[in-house]
Amino acid sequence: MPDSPDLLDEADAPEALILPLDGWHRARAARMVDFAGYPMPIQYEGIMAEHLWTREAAGLFDVSHMGQLRLSGDGADTALEALLPGDIAGLGEGRLRYSLLLGEDGGILDDLMVTRLPGGDLYLVVNGAMKWDDIAHLREHLPDAIQLNHMDDHALLALQGPKAVDALRRLVPGVAALTFMTAAAFDWQGTPLWISRSGYTGEDGFEISVPSEAVEAFADALAAQPEVKPAGLGARDSLRLEAGLPLYGHDLDPETTPVAADLGFALSKRRRAGGGFPGAERILAEAAEGAVSRRVGLLIEGRQPVREGAMVVDAAGEQVGRVTSGGFAPSVGAPIAMAYVPAGYATPGTRLALEQRGKRHAASVTTMPFVPHRYVRKGASQ
Amino acid sequence: MSRHYTQDHEWIEVAGDGATVGITAYAAGQLGDVVFVDVPDAGREVAKGDEAAVVESVKAASDVYAPVSGSITEGNAALADEPALVNSDPEGEGWFFKLRLTHPSELEGLMDKAAYKDFVATL
Repeated sequence: MPDSPDLLDEADAPEALILPLDGWHRARAARMVDFAGYPMPIQYEGIMAEHLWTREAAGLFDVSHMGQLRLSGDGADTALEALLPGDIAGLGEGRLRYSLLLGEDGGILDDLMVTRLPGGDLYLVVNGAMKWDDIAHLREHLPDAIQLNHMDDHALLALQGPKAVDALRRLVPGVAALTFMTAAAFDWQGTPLWISRSGYTGEDGFEISVPSEAVEAFADALAAQPEVKPAGLGARDSLRLEAGLPLYGHDLDPETTPVAADLGFALSKRRRAGGGFPGAERILAEAAEGAVSRRVGLLIEGRQPVREGAMVVDAAGEQVGRVTSGGFAPSVGAPIAMAYVPAGYATPGTRLALEQRGKRHAASVTTMPFVPHRYVRKGASQ
Repeated sequence: MSRHYTQDHEWIEVAGDGATVGITAYAAGQLGDVVFVDVPDAGREVAKGDEAAVVESVKAASDVYAPVSGSITEGNAALADEPALVNSDPEGEGWFFKLRLTHPSELEGLMDKAAYKDFVATL
């Protein structure tokens, strides 16, 4: 047997750092692994249990490794639009949007959430493993008049699951008024919280930005709610895989483009018409005509997981694509995967062969998500 | 009957020239939730150190090496339908395979239960 599973092979940050909830996790017997340069909890009682609990009640995830950035200054929105394909100028206060930082050739440098704060500033949440690169990229490309503040004095929690709202509203009355992809400022015992109704599991839930000095007390208060159990990065990964959500550095990288990644929804209508983002010519051509390859979901036959790096092969055994994420899906009860395949193989129902460690696995292309999203949208009954 | 342990966290229970092989409770705990086990077919010859089985948790695949040389007499068919036996009873019902020893002297280098416990304590 090798050492403990080497799951998360992200590049290290420039220096080894400790996040505010480090001791909190260890006190709960979390198994810690290095991720994005920090020791982070991969699991507490077990990935499977934490995954299933999140789908039926509420999982509390520490995602303080992620980069929280604040952009201020007149024209920050239009300046940011030069770097991504989302409509930021049209983003109303308290609304958030998923977007993609793009390289000059249209390749994806990172994916992120952009929120319009009251007063007009922008709040960005970027991937932990990419935040140093993103900060450098933003500093290089945004005008000097735009200030970028790395909010490294804030922790970030995600409370995810159908009962997240029941637990959180008990501590923070008013959060139930938020709907999917909206956010607002709240107060908990004198601590300012910025809460959005969003997440990375496909479930209803919230992401909560908390000043670092208060996060331990707030996490204690959340974990004391009967609906809530802490959940680690392992469950976060299996939940997002089932939800069909890509993971940067695995399903997305500088070689992938928004249309190939099946993220065409991130190309806002106004931006499709006006262009003016990196790689616009290529990306808009792909939006019109289709990309050469596509990110698809795969259902794997049998029980053996097929993981990142496995080859997609054609009938003649030639490699035509690559699995970028894969594993056993606890809520599906079967192995699932994401892969990039040629456009001709991307139609749901297409049967494919996968090759991993010399062994063939049959798979079929399926629509994503693998598990239906259960977001609480505006206008829907709650 | 005697039970031996390896530094790769396998146990091997020996009775006469037959032996049963599995992974230890420590290894199962490190792996987490086991979702798939690929055990060898009867009749396969394995040399000490060969990859004999694959065990997959939610997140990772790990090889299980033959702790001694031998001829496989049985893979644990129950693991196909219930891989979680590796978590619930790793040193019993969750066994991986049985083999007939071809080089019994290979057992001499393995740890007994007390030595393995001491070994795990150093990890």
